[in-house]
Amino acid sequence: MVQPLGYLKESASQTAGPYVHIGCTPNFTGIHGVYDQDLGSGSMVTDQTRGERITIRGHVFDGAGTPLKDALVEIWQADADGFYNSPSETRGTADPNFFGWARCPGDMDTGEFVFETIKPGRVPFREGRPMAPHVNFWIVARGINLGLNTRMYFSDEEEANGEDPILARIEHRVRVPTLIGRREGNTVTFDIYLQGDKETIFFDI
Amino acid sequence: MRNAPPETTPFFARDREMQPPAFTPWYKTTVLRSPQRALISLEGTKSEITGPVFGHNIINDTDNDLIVNYAKPGEGPIGQRILVHGRVLDERGIGVPGALVEFWQANAGGRYRHKKETYLAPLDPNFGGFGRTLTDENGFYWFKTVKPGPYPWPNGVNDWRPAHIHFSVFGHGFAQRLITQMYFEGDPLIWICPIVKTIPDEEAIKRLIAPLDMNASIPHDMNAYKFDIVLRGRRSTLFENRKEGN
Repeated sequence: MVQPLGYLKESASQTAGPYVHIGCTPNFTGIHGVYDQDLGSGSMVTDQTRGERITIRGHVFDGAGTPLKDALVEIWQADADGFYNSPSETRGTADPNFFGWARCPGDMDTGEFVFETIKPGRVPFREGRPMAPHVNFWIVARGINLGLNTRMYFSDEEEANGEDPILARIEHRVRVPTLIGRREGNTVTFDIYLQGDKETIFFDI
Repeated sequence: MRNAPPETTPFFARDREMQPPAFTPWYKTTVLRSPQRALISLEGTKSEITGPVFGHNIINDTDNDLIVNYAKPGEGPIGQRILVHGRVLDERGIGVPGALVEFWQANAGGRYRHKKETYLAPLDPNFGGFGRTLTDENGFYWFKTVKPGPYPWPNGVNDWRPAHIHFSVFGHGFAQRLITQMYFEGDPLIWICPIVKTIPDEEAIKRLIAPLDMNASIPHDMNAYKFDIVLRGRRSTLFENRKEGN
């Protein structure tokens, strides 16, 4: 016999279900008067926020090509200089006017999610090499047993994407474009495909 | 919050042997919503080990009391009054302070207050069915509510959800983000529920079942159920002089 390691096990995930909005975005589903506003809703940007304004839009599609109308999408990103607004950010102090996190339920009719944010700066990989600018996504919904993690990179960052250590390790190069948000003007479109030929790359983070 | 310096280490690899796989066809909605390719492994960078911090400024006084937070003055919801309490811990057994915990549930009759809900059980005019709280410096949380009812759902012809409360939990890193459900000790519907059965590990299912806690029950008022939630642990910073963990 040896000593027990004594670690606990992570709680098992269960689907967010069709009514995730009740708990996470009650005003969105028409329940007013309890929370002043839904957490993570509205623009992520104020007049004081540093950085280039962008709008991220997209849908989450199922394997039949139908957009999910009951998904909840959360994003987490660095500020314009590449700093996260988190106590675990030790390299510098993030822009105090940029929280970096937001959540958006897919529209109940179209399924579209929208984030008003800024383009993040570059964040170093573990050994210091810079990663390309990216936004971290977390997707939950009815029929998703464990939240899905992915990243959105930017189509106008070809050079940075070319030296990104995460993108570089993806063996099936044909799949890399699933991680690239398509930028047109100040709008970046990022559609997420749960299945099929265009299945988005999801990460085990 | 705890006085220790913020942790900057990566999280332990997620144990996917006990987490539900994406494709569980007995829960039909997963069939078209389950990625089929292998996940790309990504050891923690700053993007995963950092996460948002929520302050008490977002929390109203009654956010953790579902008995009053939607009720008309002087009225209250129908149902068995209960206290739900426990800790948010990480896999090292250390309490997670300042964790935002959000919860939502059906009313005592098994009906959700949601635009797309169609079950014939009635809405309770005094029950919204959601709340939130932040854990204290040792990871403890509690809230008051009424016990939710079980309800039928469109999957198999005669599938029922056991009584449950949904939980959404933030830890200190985005990689700890978790949504789960709490079940109630003694509910026979747990073991025949297709959603519960997405979890491949019986012990992991049992860890989602809250026991009746008579010590925390309030005499002549409400029973208590105890529900601990475990988030992923992270490697401890070596050679750091700390009171706990390593």
